[in-house]
Amino acid sequence: MGCLVKIPTQLRAAAGGEAEAKIDGATVREVLNGLFELHQELRVRISDEDGSLRRFVNVYLAGEDIRFLDGLATPVSDGAELTILPAVAGG
Amino acid sequence: MAVSHLQCKECKAQYPLEALYVCERCFGPLEVAYDHSRSSGDVGELRRRIQGGPQNIWRYADFLPLAGGPPGPSGRLASRVGLPAGCTPLIRADRLAARLGLREVWVKNDAANPTHSFKDRVVSVAVTRARELGFETIACASTGNLANSVAAHGAALGLESYVFVPADLEEQKILATGIYGTNLVGVQGNYDDVNRLCTELCAERDWAFVNINLRPYYAEGSKTLAFEIAEQLGWELPDRCIVPVASGSLFTKIARGFEEWTELGLIESPARPLPRMNGAQAQGCSPVAGAFAAGHDVCRPVKPNTIAKSLAIGNPADGPYALDLARRTGGSVDAVSDEEIRAGIKLLAETTGVFTETAGGVTTAVLAKLAARGDIDPDERVVLVITGEGLKTLDAVRGTFETSTIAPTLEAFEASVSEGVAV
Repeated sequence: MGCLVKIPTQLRAAAGGEAEAKIDGATVREVLNGLFELHQELRVRISDEDGSLRRFVNVYLAGEDIRFLDGLATPVSDGAELTILPAVAGG
Repeated sequence: MAVSHLQCKECKAQYPLEALYVCERCFGPLEVAYDHSRSSGDVGELRRRIQGGPQNIWRYADFLPLAGGPPGPSGRLASRVGLPAGCTPLIRADRLAARLGLREVWVKNDAANPTHSFKDRVVSVAVTRARELGFETIACASTGNLANSVAAHGAALGLESYVFVPADLEEQKILATGIYGTNLVGVQGNYDDVNRLCTELCAERDWAFVNINLRPYYAEGSKTLAFEIAEQLGWELPDRCIVPVASGSLFTKIARGFEEWTELGLIESPARPLPRMNGAQAQGCSPVAGAFAAGHDVCRPVKPNTIAKSLAIGNPADGPYALDLARRTGGSVDAVSDEEIRAGIKLLAETTGVFTETAGGVTTAVLAKLAARGDIDPDERVVLVITGEGLKTLDAVRGTFETSTIAPTLEAFEASVSEGVAV
């Protein structure tokens, strides 16, 4: 199953300059692991030592924050769009 | 100027003073770092510079992140000084204090800014820095007050502006934004959806999003609230501050302002480096208060459902820092219901003559809650930070009082109104 991962500008240098990547995986975790295999430097940028996402990293599946879904275990359907963005204070 | 560089709050990596907001190494937020080593010696000289400055936030330019100093008529930017914010009243609220069993309560009324909220402080700083960096278009993701301010600053400075808000925002805030001739975009979703969209858009457009890519500069503007409070109290700190919490940025930057001045010796013999800091949230959007009560270090995002729309940020990026601040100062982060918010608006209006929006109702209601709970020593000097104007959220007070309609005759008045009124 293919998923389109959108890479934020701040991470593109660590992703060979790519803005997106097509990755196979059944869950968000599998897709992210696939992305880390493709661009190894991304793993330390956005993941903690224990494999969870750093606290200032937001991941959205079709526009919905995965923390409102099943987090990294959220199932990913074919053709879905996964967006990685920095958390920004609002106001 | 003492401004030095941008620095990651998490891993301390350093970056140049550009339109950057995220650490590329760890994704942590960037903030402005200063080098005050040259100015820390002479407190009297520093105070005189402040007191000799203009009656707005630019009197604190030594502590703000502008490379070229404050904008002014003699500056490179000619007469384009924008909408000077700040120097709002600090009112001693004895009747409010008496009602709550306290002795010394002050109301910092930041509704007295050009667009009637504290956002003019942060926008003034962000937009001035954006101009220094050469941007020609300013933009924001907003819950309303920021929209008003960005649109107005764009008009004052002749900059194009784009303002993104949740489509279901209070009508008053929509009207008070569109009138400035901005490009107003209502987004179908809540604030967190608007914020996500703008974060994506920020990478696609060469615009200064004041609260995204200009955020390190923007956030610094909130420190001026602390500077003013301290200056207005005669270079002293309050014992406690009650501050509304949405993203947590205002709450933490007010504390940062107090800390900077204490470190520089500008505060008269502080009993402690910081006041007790109490954050105020609405129960319908209380990720920070929830984490505080549960003893957590991070906030679990929520879907907002409250009348306090200006505080309706379900995913507060500065939440961890707000939690840490409340805990290390002996404060708290509390939440109040929509009914308590309405009662808070009324309490403040009835006892001080200040009519605040829902966010101020949240703050006042939390003060009342802390007082009722016995958390506040009656001898404490308490500052209540009122961030916005009641006229922007009129729906919140509809139906909270009765009016009389009578024929224009003395008899009608006597019959319906004056009964029970002592003459």
